[in-house]
Amino acid sequence: MGKLGVVAATGVAMLTLAGWMRPPLPAAQGGATISGKVKFTGAKPAMPKIDMSEEPKCKAKYTAAPPTDEAVVVNANGTLDNVFVYVKSGLPASYKAPAPAGPVTLDQDGCRYHPHVFGILVGQALAIKNSDGILHNIKAKGTKNRPFNISQPTTMTSERTFTAPEVMVPLECNVHGWMHAWLGVLPHPFFSVSGSDGSFTIKGLPPGTYTVEAWHEKYGAQTATVTVAGSETKTADFSFAAK
Amino acid sequence: MIGALLGLGIVLRFPLPPSLFPMQDTTRGKTVYVKWCAGCHGDGGAGDGPAAAHMLPRPRNFTGALYKIRTTASGQLPTDADLMRAIDEGLPGTAMPAWKGRLSDGERRDVVAYIKTFSSFFADTSQHVAALKFSSEPGGATGAAALDTGRQFYDSIGCRKCHGDQGRGDGPSAPTLKDDAGFPIFAADLHQSWRFRGGGSAADIYHRLRTGLDGTPMPWFSDLIDQKFLTDEQLWRLAQYVRSLSPPEAPEVRDVIHAPQITRTVPASPDDSVWGRVSRYWFPLVGQVVRKARWFAPAVTGVWVQAVHDGHTLALRVSWDDRTQSPDSAWLGFEQRVLETVAGDDSAPPKAEPWPDQLAVQFPRHIPDGMERPYFLMGSETDPVYQWRWTSRPRKSVAGLARGIERFDTLSGAPAGQASFDHGEWRLVFTRALATPDTANEVQLEAGRAIPVAFFGWDGSSGEHGSRMAVSTWYFLALDRPTPPGVFISPVLAMLVTLGLGLVVVRRARRRGTAGAGRRR
Repeated sequence: MGKLGVVAATGVAMLTLAGWMRPPLPAAQGGATISGKVKFTGAKPAMPKIDMSEEPKCKAKYTAAPPTDEAVVVNANGTLDNVFVYVKSGLPASYKAPAPAGPVTLDQDGCRYHPHVFGILVGQALAIKNSDGILHNIKAKGTKNRPFNISQPTTMTSERTFTAPEVMVPLECNVHGWMHAWLGVLPHPFFSVSGSDGSFTIKGLPPGTYTVEAWHEKYGAQTATVTVAGSETKTADFSFAAK
Repeated sequence: MIGALLGLGIVLRFPLPPSLFPMQDTTRGKTVYVKWCAGCHGDGGAGDGPAAAHMLPRPRNFTGALYKIRTTASGQLPTDADLMRAIDEGLPGTAMPAWKGRLSDGERRDVVAYIKTFSSFFADTSQHVAALKFSSEPGGATGAAALDTGRQFYDSIGCRKCHGDQGRGDGPSAPTLKDDAGFPIFAADLHQSWRFRGGGSAADIYHRLRTGLDGTPMPWFSDLIDQKFLTDEQLWRLAQYVRSLSPPEAPEVRDVIHAPQITRTVPASPDDSVWGRVSRYWFPLVGQVVRKARWFAPAVTGVWVQAVHDGHTLALRVSWDDRTQSPDSAWLGFEQRVLETVAGDDSAPPKAEPWPDQLAVQFPRHIPDGMERPYFLMGSETDPVYQWRWTSRPRKSVAGLARGIERFDTLSGAPAGQASFDHGEWRLVFTRALATPDTANEVQLEAGRAIPVAFFGWDGSSGEHGSRMAVSTWYFLALDRPTPPGVFISPVLAMLVTLGLGLVVVRRARRRGTAGAGRRR
């Protein structure tokens, strides 16, 4: 091995060591931010109405307009709701997620899941709440996580946790075939969901170059590469087209 | 090193009884698997073997390690004993047979080890696998109070949403149900406990309520005990109630339907009280797989048959479980999914259509003298069969000659047919004169003869129409003759004669004895 080789090997070894020795990053305090908007182009698809006559208690909660399927929700400003945006890769191997603070709540209200798309950390409690007081079953159909299927015939809350990162774990109710939710299980807190204005924000990122993925239940996933340093804010916009 | 390994082996092996540490061999298990299991479950264990495409439910996909019949919590892996049970006893109501007796203990243990290799979950030591602690069945299972409690929880935990008000799998959510692989799945018909996958006893039902059936819409109910929504005993009562919906024993198939002769006019209505007093006979039906288009997923799994006659007319009552009064638009989507799942003969699956429900009763045209009967599958061109056919829409009954599946020629004389549908059950009564003018084509129903009879069923909402149907083999109908008075009188006469003769003998003997004694004195 030549001199250059030795230097290179030592360099790699030192870098590796440096990587190992880097202290755990702080929780989502300070750090960089990635934010953006999820646009939608093309004709807004008409979502089918949901017939809730079988559940008068749920049906009664929709006085203004009948409920429609939530697979595609296009906002008034032409953006797309319910897109899960998360850091897919780029975090150092040493990154340790902060201890999850409190449970994430999934509410069943009006025979719908609230939220429809959301994220959780590995090991963090998911509190599944039945506000309807009628029978729901909650089935998680992950493939990397063990599934579960809980019965909730009354107003009650059940807790479950997830052991492995998985984007996404489908959740569904079989009593009400229209009830679907999507849960992204991640080993870090760098995720967000586009809201009613189509925007998302991921805060507290350590400096680095990240692959950010935007996932939609009907339109699939898109990625963007974003490099951030210090406490700067970078913009990453996504755009999904009607199919 | 080798010595250390051997030492470890000895330490591990010998202190433990073999039952706790069975020497399972995945290589041997693979040999067994390839020979006996792969045809349905596929070489890679994905439930996609060559035979799988016709099956509903589909063979288990081992790669996801999701199992219906377990003793563990919802989402937990099954224990080895759970897997062994499914292999040993099979899964009633599916294509999975019982392997105990066909494969040796060692072969079955090895195959359990091998199917576990299809999923990485089994190798993951962080997976918690422990059988739940089940209580034993409380007494009073069949008491009215116990069953009332059970029924109360049947309603309050929402069983009826899928299983229906009377438990025949016809609840409002039933037509939307899919399993985790996206295949259509029927909510179990709780009146056929002999078809329950995990066994039909109250204890089996209680275990399924506690664990749920993973990979299906059936959740577990253990959370509800923890949250004090119901007690463990109340869950037992629910299991006992569900058990009470089926006959105490799985129906035995008997060859001959006895039609007693009654003194009143035969009942034309399926809900006449006479039917409550007449024996019923169970005949299993299977999918028609002889002719194309074949059908491997028959929805009508059997019929209950009763018959009476009054010396002039026969009344034949057929009842069977059917989730829908077809055609039912709520089930069109389900029907389409069933057809897409199992109707792949050679051609593309047919489009779901609003087919009616149908039932056919088949006889030969003439009662045969010997055992020679027409071809069971609707006769043939040269040897047709005489059939009664009923459809739910239009609601009518006809008679005719079938010359194979494809050809049916209607005859002018039709039997009267009356049907009622109630919570997932059809009850249909055909009535026809024993003797008819058309003796060439219509079977003449003579008392005291063995009249061959067979049954065919179609559930329109499961996509059944034409050759996609459920069929039976030939059975017999026997119209009993009224018992002649002689049958009752002759034993009495015989007894009286015997008694009389006996008395004569005794008297004679006594007389002789007295005479002899007199002489001796």
